[in-house]
Amino acid sequence: MSAREEVLARIRTALGEDRAVVPEIVRDYRTTDERTHAQLLDVLTDRLEDYKATVLRCSPSEVAPTVRAALGTAMGEHSPADVVLAPGLPADWRPDGSVEDDGRPAVALADYAATVTGVSVAIAETGTLVLDGSPLCGRRALSLLPDCLVCVVEADQVVGGVPEGLARVDPTAPLTMISGPSATSDIELQRVEGVHGPRTLIVVLVH
Amino acid sequence: MTGVFLGLPTAPRGVGHLRGDRSFPDAARDSLRDGQLRANLGHATATIRGKRAAVVGEVPDWAELREAGRAIKAATMARLDDHLVALEEQVTARGGTVHWARDANEANEIVTRLVQATGADEVVKVKSMATQEIGLNEALEAAGIAAHETDLAELIVQLGEDKPSHILVPAIHKNRAEIREIFLRTMPGVDPGLTDEPRKLAMAARAHLRERFLRARVAISGVNFAVAETGTLSVVESEGNGRMCLTLPQTLITVMGIEKVVPTFRDLEVFLQLLPRSSTGERMNPYTSLWTGVTPGDGPQEFHLVLVDNGRTAVLADDAGRSALHCIRCSACLNVCPVYERAGGHAYGSVYPGPIGAVLSPQLTGVEDNASLPYASSLCGACYDVCPVAIDIPSILVHLRGEHVEAQSRTTPEAVAFRALSTAMSNPRLWRLAQRAAGLGRFLARGRPTLPAVLPPPASKWTRTRDLPTPPKETFTQAWAREHGS
Repeated sequence: MSAREEVLARIRTALGEDRAVVPEIVRDYRTTDERTHAQLLDVLTDRLEDYKATVLRCSPSEVAPTVRAALGTAMGEHSPADVVLAPGLPADWRPDGSVEDDGRPAVALADYAATVTGVSVAIAETGTLVLDGSPLCGRRALSLLPDCLVCVVEADQVVGGVPEGLARVDPTAPLTMISGPSATSDIELQRVEGVHGPRTLIVVLVH
Repeated sequence: MTGVFLGLPTAPRGVGHLRGDRSFPDAARDSLRDGQLRANLGHATATIRGKRAAVVGEVPDWAELREAGRAIKAATMARLDDHLVALEEQVTARGGTVHWARDANEANEIVTRLVQATGADEVVKVKSMATQEIGLNEALEAAGIAAHETDLAELIVQLGEDKPSHILVPAIHKNRAEIREIFLRTMPGVDPGLTDEPRKLAMAARAHLRERFLRARVAISGVNFAVAETGTLSVVESEGNGRMCLTLPQTLITVMGIEKVVPTFRDLEVFLQLLPRSSTGERMNPYTSLWTGVTPGDGPQEFHLVLVDNGRTAVLADDAGRSALHCIRCSACLNVCPVYERAGGHAYGSVYPGPIGAVLSPQLTGVEDNASLPYASSLCGACYDVCPVAIDIPSILVHLRGEHVEAQSRTTPEAVAFRALSTAMSNPRLWRLAQRAAGLGRFLARGRPTLPAVLPPPASKWTRTRDLPTPPKETFTQAWAREHGS
């Protein structure tokens, strides 16, 4: 018997001939949010700042200058060519002189100092940005290797809780849920920001 | 109905890390004498208990989420075979390859063969309980393959040639000064001026591992949740080491216990709320990666999923113990357990320590191979209260104690004592005599509230760790007889 057949046979033996009816799953936890959209934006901001992320708000026409200012604050003097963009980033979000991800080998993205991407959805209650590997968000290594990550979030992408957020994404896309800069609690269970992922996370909230 | 009765194999001996070389009381006696260990554990568990309580307290529907989590797991186990077959089908349809392993030895052989096929002689690893359980690092090392742990706490354990002592934070027994000392001693090229500031220590780990991530060709991970309906796998982490391993290498090998499957993608909306708040006390962990098979142009282009039984079907066969398989490895039960806080994780002898380990390890190995663990608890019930999927750990502990007692072929002193007690209690005359005899204990107590631990062996085994209250001057029935006549 193959290992597959044997493991499946063991499970069938363990569960017995007369299988119990599968118990019903009651989903009476919250799946919608009664808060206003303005309140959700405030909650998102509060949660992100709690994780030591920086949140900058701007109007739709101010995205590019806000991104540029954010990069300046995070990195000081830098060359725009050190900033790599998700390939689907709208033209009017792009800081001058920055370069688009050209599909080079993933590890070569480590040469860039900062990344700018969009998001697929943002979850206010947990301060979570979901990136889905689409052109707007870029491939996964793009939001991982450069040390500074700027994510542009549009107001209508913000939802209240985790169930609403996951309902908006394609399950089979390569998904990354990001809640703050990389961190660890491994030393005396005290949270410290900044390990292997980007040590700086800046969120530009457009509304 | 028990696994032994059905003849389902438990996890084999001689491989992996589910059995200690000493009983829990013997191992715990050593750790209780280690003042530094107790201070480190006391500090860390108190910190995390406070954080967990705060973020769980702010969720108004926690009870509903917890019940849904419990129900999803119970429903999954009831049709585990169907869900695994669906998972296999979906992963395969999306470009992955699924392997099945009856036990630790078979899983180790499969992974070793897969790594060898790539020609690589080193792998980077995401923290994974399953690979710790099966002893994968040792198996790879025997085949000449170096396995680099990349989670900070696992790295501390690996560099210190130590053993993990906690599910979430394997190096919880080390404080910052001890970690600094390990890094200074073992990290090539580390700054000799390294301080014990946690942020500086984290930076040292970043520098140490960066180049390894960039050159790695093969990564090995575990799984938090595997979705049957879509073939989606997930890893929940904090540091970004998981993302490095899941994204950069050409080949990804994921090892998963068969109980980690969940039926639908929607089920993640429950567990991704329950897990981070219960484990690190955060509203959400910094990074959760979800991937389905292979995505062209993004991440590993070769993906293998290894499904491991290693005693899980034996656990599944026991109705009374099955829910131990519902565990999502948050470690909240460790952090609240008064026994764990004092004895530490090493005393349990298994990679699964604490209350959940005390029910899971004996079931995976067969209770006789971990016979002292079901007793490593005061049955206070704090573990059940905090468990995000409501595993009734105290009831399973009692059930396993029963199984252990039933399995004894030789008469134990405890059995003799209880048999005598049973005889006395079934005969009114004997019972009255026994009560009067117990009154003699008052002479030994000499006015103190408890009796001195002076009983000779084997009774000393009982009194050494328990206070025996001084018998009252008069029992209730004696007082009743005196006041009302018998």
